[in-house]
Amino acid sequence: MTNFATSKPPVHKMNLKEKYGLMTRDLAWETSYQPMDKVFDQLGLEGIKIHDWDKWEDPFRLTMDAYWKYQAEKERKLYAVLDAFQQNNGQMNISDARYVNTLKLFLTGITPAEYNAHRLFAMLGRQFPGAGAAIACQMQAADELRHVQTQIHSISQYNKYFNGLGDHRVMNDRLWYLSTPKSFFEDAISSGPFEQMIAISFALEYLLTNLVFMPFMSGAAYNGDMATVTFGFSSQSDEARHMTLGLECIKFVLEQDPGNLEIIQGYLDKWFWRGYKVLGLVAMMLDYMLPKKVMSWKEAWQIYFVQNGGSLFNDLSRYGLRLPKYWEQTVAEAEHLSHQVWNNFYNFTGAAAMHVWLPSDEDMEWLSAKYPDTFDKHYRPRIEHYRELEAQGKRYYNDNLPMLCQVCQVALISTKMDDPTKISHRELDHDGEKYHFCSDGCRDIFQAQPDKYVSAWLPAHQIMQGNCFEPGVDPEASGFDAMAEVMKYFHVTPGQDNMDYKGSVDERNWNEWKGFTKDSETKSS
Amino acid sequence: MSEIQSTVFMALQTNDDTRPIIEALERDNPTAVVNYLPAMVKIDAPGRLVLKRSTVEEIMGMAWDLQSININLISLSGNVEETDDEMILHWNR
Repeated sequence: MTNFATSKPPVHKMNLKEKYGLMTRDLAWETSYQPMDKVFDQLGLEGIKIHDWDKWEDPFRLTMDAYWKYQAEKERKLYAVLDAFQQNNGQMNISDARYVNTLKLFLTGITPAEYNAHRLFAMLGRQFPGAGAAIACQMQAADELRHVQTQIHSISQYNKYFNGLGDHRVMNDRLWYLSTPKSFFEDAISSGPFEQMIAISFALEYLLTNLVFMPFMSGAAYNGDMATVTFGFSSQSDEARHMTLGLECIKFVLEQDPGNLEIIQGYLDKWFWRGYKVLGLVAMMLDYMLPKKVMSWKEAWQIYFVQNGGSLFNDLSRYGLRLPKYWEQTVAEAEHLSHQVWNNFYNFTGAAAMHVWLPSDEDMEWLSAKYPDTFDKHYRPRIEHYRELEAQGKRYYNDNLPMLCQVCQVALISTKMDDPTKISHRELDHDGEKYHFCSDGCRDIFQAQPDKYVSAWLPAHQIMQGNCFEPGVDPEASGFDAMAEVMKYFHVTPGQDNMDYKGSVDERNWNEWKGFTKDSETKSS
Repeated sequence: MSEIQSTVFMALQTNDDTRPIIEALERDNPTAVVNYLPAMVKIDAPGRLVLKRSTVEEIMGMAWDLQSININLISLSGNVEETDDEMILHWNR
């Protein structure tokens, strides 16, 4: 037997930087059959100037071989936990069945967004001539697809036991409140390549994704949901890399040409506001939907936006970049956001795909302690009023369709900053039509690109126009029930997938499985 | 620019792999604050945080590949500088 160890010259072990240079950066080439600007034909369209792609630095210096190695290890860990979770009926160990409603919102709202992120990065990787940027995009495209698959796989166990989890794909396409995250991604994916990077890698991943994953996953852990914590942290371990891509991208572009600043600041202002409006759903999850709560929306916003974002912009100010427009408003609104979003879902639960419930006395004490300046004054009285109505058998529902903001597609439910009893409403005339907005932020976005937003697919308008019925439905037929037909179109089974948790099939099953007696109150530990 | 005192952070899963990493961070960054949350640990530090491979190896008593932090890292903030020997999070100013 030949002793290879002694017959070969000693192998030089490459360090990280050399390995990255050879196995990533050197993979790019100048095209010869076609000129480079034809191959990368979207690059000049936004007015961003790049002079030297070699200045792009990937801080993680992750080569493809290392990428696959670590991703495989993450998957092995995740699936070992999922096996254990399923084999041991882990769904029975959650704090309370109400908790599952956060998963319904997650699976229908966030998981399809991950898929859109996958599509976006797969296309985006094709647009950059720099190998560092292109490979980072390719890795992210593969990551996002992994997130979709692992989320669907993990939550599928809950789908066997709870309602509302059976059809996330159709629901994401059709359900009114899910048009907010959906339109966010469709807006991004139809932008230029640099705008996409600022929208997703910087504004969403760097500034805002911590708000979704960190308090929520920590909340999942606190509520005994082993499956979600595990897929959440597995996803989030990729996010750390995505965030550095966002930061690297913004620094790289700003360093390349002084003329890029104004364009980038505009993208940042826009996408910060777009992202913030999507996060109203997360605010509600934290304050109203986790049976055992970890931190309030206001606290999370303070830690992850004010502190973390403030540090970031201290650093970026050397390029002349400032905090995104209207950021102060988001801090002021943190006092109100979750209460107003929750109220909307309480009113429109008949058209949603999850259950709602009134906060308990304990919940209200918590809310009052977390929001001493606003909860008792503005929101407790309303909840107490709802409670009284429920006790009288007159549970309040809103049967109307809400007016939606033309840009973020959230119903006009937020209030004026100087008067929390009045709805904030902006309007604008464009081409002989009137358009409505929830805020100055959304109005500004419309004004900058009116042609893009006039074509928005607004669920309330589409329902009114009769575009939300299954094929073959005849609105002229006698006994036609528009709302029932819309629910069929949403793939929502009324009363089973939505309405109050109290009295639901989910509640009945849970009490039976857990051995709670019929007339005892549902335990919410 | 805001009036916020700049901090960087690293958030790690709570598990046996990260225990020596957290200990190393505490040892090498005296100003770091360690926050224990359900299932995760968030380490905040004013301005700069350094993770040294040598410290982790000393605590573990075995060789450790710095890049394997990717498996347990949840999130971070700051500019990242990574070599074979250390990972630094910092704000430049």
